[in-house]
Amino acid sequence: MTEIQLIELTVNGERHELGLEPRRTLVDVLRHDLGLTGTHVGCEHGICGACTVLVDGAPARACLMFAAQAEGSDIRTVESLAEPGGQLSDLQRSFTEHHGLQCGFCTPGFLMLAEGYLAERPGATKEEIREVVASNLCRCTGYQTIVEAIDSCATRRRIASNGTDCAAARRSNA
Amino acid sequence: MSATREPGFRRDGSWVGASVPRREDPRLLAGRGRFVDDITLPGLLHAQFVRASVAHARITGIDLAEVRATPGVVAAYTADDLDLGDITAVLDRPPHEFVPTAMPVLARDKVRYVGEPIAIVVARDPYAVEDGVEAAIVEYDELAPVMSDTAALAPGAVLVHAEAPANTLVDVSLFATDGIDEVFAQAERTGAVVRVQAKTGRQNALPLETRGVVADWDDRDEQLRVQTCTQIPHQVRTVLSRCLGLDERQVRVTVPDMGGGFGQKCVVGREEIAAAAAAFTLRRPVKWIEDRRDALTAAFLAREQRYDARAAFDADGAILALDVDLVCDMGAYSCYPFTAGIEPLMASAEMPGVYRLPAYRVRGRAVTTNKAPTGPYRGVSRPQCVMVMERLMEKAAKALEMDAVELRRRNVITVFPYRGVNNITYDPGSYLESLDLCEQVLRDEGWYKVRSDNHESPDRVIGIGYSCFSERTGYGSGAFAARKMSVVPGFDISEIRMDTSGTVVVTSGTMSHGQSHETTMAQIVADRLGLDINQVKIVQGDTDRITYGFGSFASRSITIGGSAVAAASVRLGEQLREIAAHLLDTDLDNTELDGDGGVRLRDTPDRGMTFAALADVAYLQAHLLPKGVGPGLSATASFDVMGDGTFSNATHGVVVELDRGTGGVEILRYVCVEDCGVAIHPRVVEGQCRGGIAQGIAGALFEQVNYDETGQPLCPSFMEYKVPTAAEIPDVAIHHLETPCAFTESGAKGAGEGGTIGAPAAVLNAVNNALRGTGVELDNTPIRRESVYRALEGTYLD
Repeated sequence: MTEIQLIELTVNGERHELGLEPRRTLVDVLRHDLGLTGTHVGCEHGICGACTVLVDGAPARACLMFAAQAEGSDIRTVESLAEPGGQLSDLQRSFTEHHGLQCGFCTPGFLMLAEGYLAERPGATKEEIREVVASNLCRCTGYQTIVEAIDSCATRRRIASNGTDCAAARRSNA
Repeated sequence: MSATREPGFRRDGSWVGASVPRREDPRLLAGRGRFVDDITLPGLLHAQFVRASVAHARITGIDLAEVRATPGVVAAYTADDLDLGDITAVLDRPPHEFVPTAMPVLARDKVRYVGEPIAIVVARDPYAVEDGVEAAIVEYDELAPVMSDTAALAPGAVLVHAEAPANTLVDVSLFATDGIDEVFAQAERTGAVVRVQAKTGRQNALPLETRGVVADWDDRDEQLRVQTCTQIPHQVRTVLSRCLGLDERQVRVTVPDMGGGFGQKCVVGREEIAAAAAAFTLRRPVKWIEDRRDALTAAFLAREQRYDARAAFDADGAILALDVDLVCDMGAYSCYPFTAGIEPLMASAEMPGVYRLPAYRVRGRAVTTNKAPTGPYRGVSRPQCVMVMERLMEKAAKALEMDAVELRRRNVITVFPYRGVNNITYDPGSYLESLDLCEQVLRDEGWYKVRSDNHESPDRVIGIGYSCFSERTGYGSGAFAARKMSVVPGFDISEIRMDTSGTVVVTSGTMSHGQSHETTMAQIVADRLGLDINQVKIVQGDTDRITYGFGSFASRSITIGGSAVAAASVRLGEQLREIAAHLLDTDLDNTELDGDGGVRLRDTPDRGMTFAALADVAYLQAHLLPKGVGPGLSATASFDVMGDGTFSNATHGVVVELDRGTGGVEILRYVCVEDCGVAIHPRVVEGQCRGGIAQGIAGALFEQVNYDETGQPLCPSFMEYKVPTAAEIPDVAIHHLETPCAFTESGAKGAGEGGTIGAPAAVLNAVNNALRGTGVELDNTPIRRESVYRALEGTYLD
């Protein structure tokens, strides 16, 4: 119980050395030991997804991992999305434009879910995005505007990288 | 810009009516919001509760020795240790109508539901506190649990509260039109009498942020500082000061960002009082964050009601009479400040809805059972009232062989103001227009054709359903006084203060928990003063900074709170004009706000002064002020609705497809035609509609809090309590109508609850429409897959 384990975590590009009880979850360490309170705790049993962070680029439930399990991994939280000066990322701006948040409690989880998913599947269709959005819970929005925000961001990223939305063009040609 | 813009209620060029970027968004998106659990203080301790493991029992022993010996535990307190006053909500009604029951902060001699707090444990670490809680030993002398409304009302039933005979906390018959029985008898002969017996499941409002509080005693301020996620900060202050024996000035309640509330955070929680009491006793900061299991089992629940309703119609389909007996299972305690009357009184008053009803009789009861207590939840009873009324309409249409939409058309109120049989005056709305438009949209989109094309299809079972309803919003003091509450919420007070920069800070007694008040209230102020919204800061949720407020619930914020901030802004504008008139040596009547942060002269619009220049005089050059005008720039105004409130309205149209293989219900199309008067921020209104509809669908198809016969809750996690996701909630097409309210300052009506109110009825009607021809009608929610499956298979047994 009182055993303390020394671990090293890399979060948003910064390395931290921490002495922790082995039972401490990743989300508690992020929030309460590192002060990164943007990641939220909604259920502590892996269903709601409010605690979603990126572990080596992939969305993960930070409430279901012990901090010790994240040693050696690259962890990213919602605090990494905006520019240091506060300039919001395209994904964050898209959430504002589409009114994809109300109380904002679930929002960091959806942002990190989308950030990880779009990095892996930049050509995702709106229906595929809806399926992924179904991984997390939101009690305010009814989800429609979250799906729209992510889909719109994906479209703009495709246009920005190709000059045109090739993925959509391919789909419409298919 | 200033030449073409004028402050005031106007759509073109004004802030009101524009979907401006939300001012809350940047911090929330960047992970820089501040929710209760984000707050830390030096030396912060963590609290959790020893909770009842049985539903109904006398406590015969509490042994906390092992708890106190647990490493990291600082203290553990029972009710006897803290000696706190009770939380008691009261209605000013005679004993045969209302029985007050005290809710102790920590259970004393008896527990009445699984999860009831018995002792508070405080530790240095949130993990250690759970170790401590697990070490508690509580001994019980178990009593038979009362686990349903019928069991509660059964002759000889065990009593949950000794002072409440027949386990009945509220028994009120608000209306009984003379001669109503003859109307039913006549209709039996010449028209139709239809009946709905319906039961609706217990639900959890389920804000994604659970409840929580951080409390600490400050010697310098001589104050207990309580940061809590509540919709009603001043009421928490009142209860806290009474329970602890402090003056109200010795308690400061502030509210950080809130992760939703939906009514569950609109009542004073025992745990927030206990955690604050522990902080006061220890003189050390204490945090309590409810875990999800407790939130699912021991937080305030809602919605479990049973209806037996009959309606009489003439042969032409005109409704003649309505007779309703409704029983609400309120669980173990009355909630503060609303009491166990919240659901039965709301249902009794609002049942007739949008229809011209000549005769009405209602009996509304609240019974107490050994379940977690009930509080308000978005819509309060109206999802059920509308569901029952809309089922009656459908059944009448069937009995009279009429189209159900046409039957509604013949009955909706079309002439306003309308004085109802329920003694409520309905202000103008668009009931008929919304119904017509909603049906037209589904027709134009081809859904009627889809349904008829598949009428005989063995594969596709499709139904279309509607709900047509209104929602009373802006309940002022008059409406709540009619309920005879001992706490009459109604008014709101706003203070506005301009600083030397010419920007303003405006207080509101409302409490945003996702509704965007920092944006929408600022839009209202910006228009009234002719300022940019970025020069307006809205302050809520601080009992030291805000004179008094009743918080946010019952869709009251924009109607009442928004009107108060508008009125305060107008007063400040008058002060600014008065100072400007003096300094520019002209008459007050020759001045006007220029719409761009200043005052100008009407006869020479190029002459004027900026607010910053005027504020400079008001504070720093006060000797230049006109005679009789004191220094500083501030104004206070209050607003109340002494009448019956203002009615928003909507029609929802739903197309469903049933799955023969699973009994599943898929929503193919959802159309909402809404009218909330002037929309301050249309996108926010749409967000409220969609989010509300999602919660209504959840109640219609998915969510239910169940218990076993011993009173153990069967849904302690999200594995058992099914909250719908993006896979189940459809997109919603929204169409707007606008019937401005004549007596709110911006013409707005409330928009917070309508989605939730209309959805269950529309979904249930659509499912029943799909089941036409099976001989089965489903009137209970949530609709069980097995019921749908069996209805389609021909094996349904009621």
